[in-house]
Amino acid sequence: MTISKILVANRGEIAVRILRAAQEMGIATVQVYSQADQTMLAVSMADEAVEIGPPHPTKSYLNIEAILKAAAATGVDAIHPGYGFLAENAGFAEAVEAAGLIFIGPTPETIRQMGDKARARSVAAAAGVPVVPGTAGLLDGASVAREAAAVGFPLMIKAAAGGGGRGIRVAADADELAKLLPQAAAEARAAFGDGTLYFERFIPRARHVEVQVLGDGRDVIHLFERECSLQRRRQKVWEEAPASAVPADIRQALCDSAVRLAKAVNYRGAGTVEFLYDDERGDFFFIEMNTRIQVEHPVTEAVTGIDLVRHMIRIAAGEPLGLGQGDVVLRGHSIEVRINAEDPARLFMPAPGRITRLRVPGGPGVRFDALIYPDYVVPPFYDSLLGKLIVWDETRGAALARLRRALGELEISGIETTQSLHQALLCDPDVTAYRVHTRWLEGWLASRSRVTEERGT
Amino acid sequence: MAIVTIPSPLPGTFYRKPSPDQPAFKQDGDAVAAGDTLGLVEVMKTFTPVAAEAAGRIVRFLVEDEEPVMAGQPILEIES
Repeated sequence: MTISKILVANRGEIAVRILRAAQEMGIATVQVYSQADQTMLAVSMADEAVEIGPPHPTKSYLNIEAILKAAAATGVDAIHPGYGFLAENAGFAEAVEAAGLIFIGPTPETIRQMGDKARARSVAAAAGVPVVPGTAGLLDGASVAREAAAVGFPLMIKAAAGGGGRGIRVAADADELAKLLPQAAAEARAAFGDGTLYFERFIPRARHVEVQVLGDGRDVIHLFERECSLQRRRQKVWEEAPASAVPADIRQALCDSAVRLAKAVNYRGAGTVEFLYDDERGDFFFIEMNTRIQVEHPVTEAVTGIDLVRHMIRIAAGEPLGLGQGDVVLRGHSIEVRINAEDPARLFMPAPGRITRLRVPGGPGVRFDALIYPDYVVPPFYDSLLGKLIVWDETRGAALARLRRALGELEISGIETTQSLHQALLCDPDVTAYRVHTRWLEGWLASRSRVTEERGT
Repeated sequence: MAIVTIPSPLPGTFYRKPSPDQPAFKQDGDAVAAGDTLGLVEVMKTFTPVAAEAAGRIVRFLVEDEEPVMAGQPILEIES
């Protein structure tokens, strides 16, 4: 198999990222776009661009038929799904293959297996990967009380078909559980078409640590780990590699676990195995595997020097991994901050609109992966991510200083962004010492807004 | 009897239903009370309800479910 022309079935900054990888490999590119995205950066960068429908994602970026029609019309041999939209849709991967094209990602079976969180959990447990104490899918009410007692309170109620933090509730005790269960089942049915739930022990103070893996369907290697504990509403806003606050032996055990899990499913492509690390008890637990490229992949690229998107394309073309574990060397420290079109001063209200002025930071160890340019109008229909500022330096301390310098250079006028949030975070001693957990940022934001109210500003 | 048009408060996507497999909040001809939810506007995955400011009766919706809207664009007419 060879790949000579790729269709990018996504938008925004990840579309730009994929186009860049393809262009460097001498591969022709086709970018699809919705009616709201004619002016997006990726459209102007691709060799060809095809409109696939109205702004609403179900009519364009989630419209499998329209995407396959564009692929047939332009004669591509492969489709890269990016992240979000159809990236973890097994039916899409199957449809791509049925059309005689290459899906740049894992097999439909792997996507299905890891997409069903309860199934993924049992695969992980069977591979000897620690999982959060919890239950398999619960379909009936009879066993609920017994199962809940075995898991222990506080516990999380999760939707088997869920993801991205949606549909999760925390019950402090049996009374609250009884109250929340019917709501959770109804919401899961409405959101995912499947009301199956499961329970997991709730760890109040955990770090989010995830391992990047790369497999070719036979061999699997890891590219070390990232820490993404700074989150708001379960969305990551700041990511680092490596997870330098976690002890070295734990990090090694995490990476080994991730490789065991990926090997158990003969993983093909780039994937991420997510864990929670309980600082106080020194335990880590598997939470889920994402069978796609992740937003925060550049921090891993920075500390390993390995181009993940290029490797995804090569693996999809049937090439062997070409890298052994010993070829992957960790060097330095990298931090990524997400620049979103949101106003931190007004509860992160979405802020679409025209970019009037843009100054992009540069210099040593700085990378800016973005979808914006001067006079671009950010449409209101999609994710608020405008771009990612990534820095690398020899140590975490130096990387923090470099991030401060690069954020000072960045200038985006016309709309509000989360740039000021990151500048404020850089001044916080808990961030500089990396004393954080997954709910730290929400607490920090709440205490800051109280201070602002008291001052009457 | 005056007819009032309700504009979209924000640019984004207008939804007439709370979720895809549920019925619409309101139909043409329905009576509404002040504060009733008439639809949702989604801006970058954030949902903002569009509520009736006064009681009345819905004459007609001017925007379909899942259609893009501009800020200030009339969404529906209410007779009060």
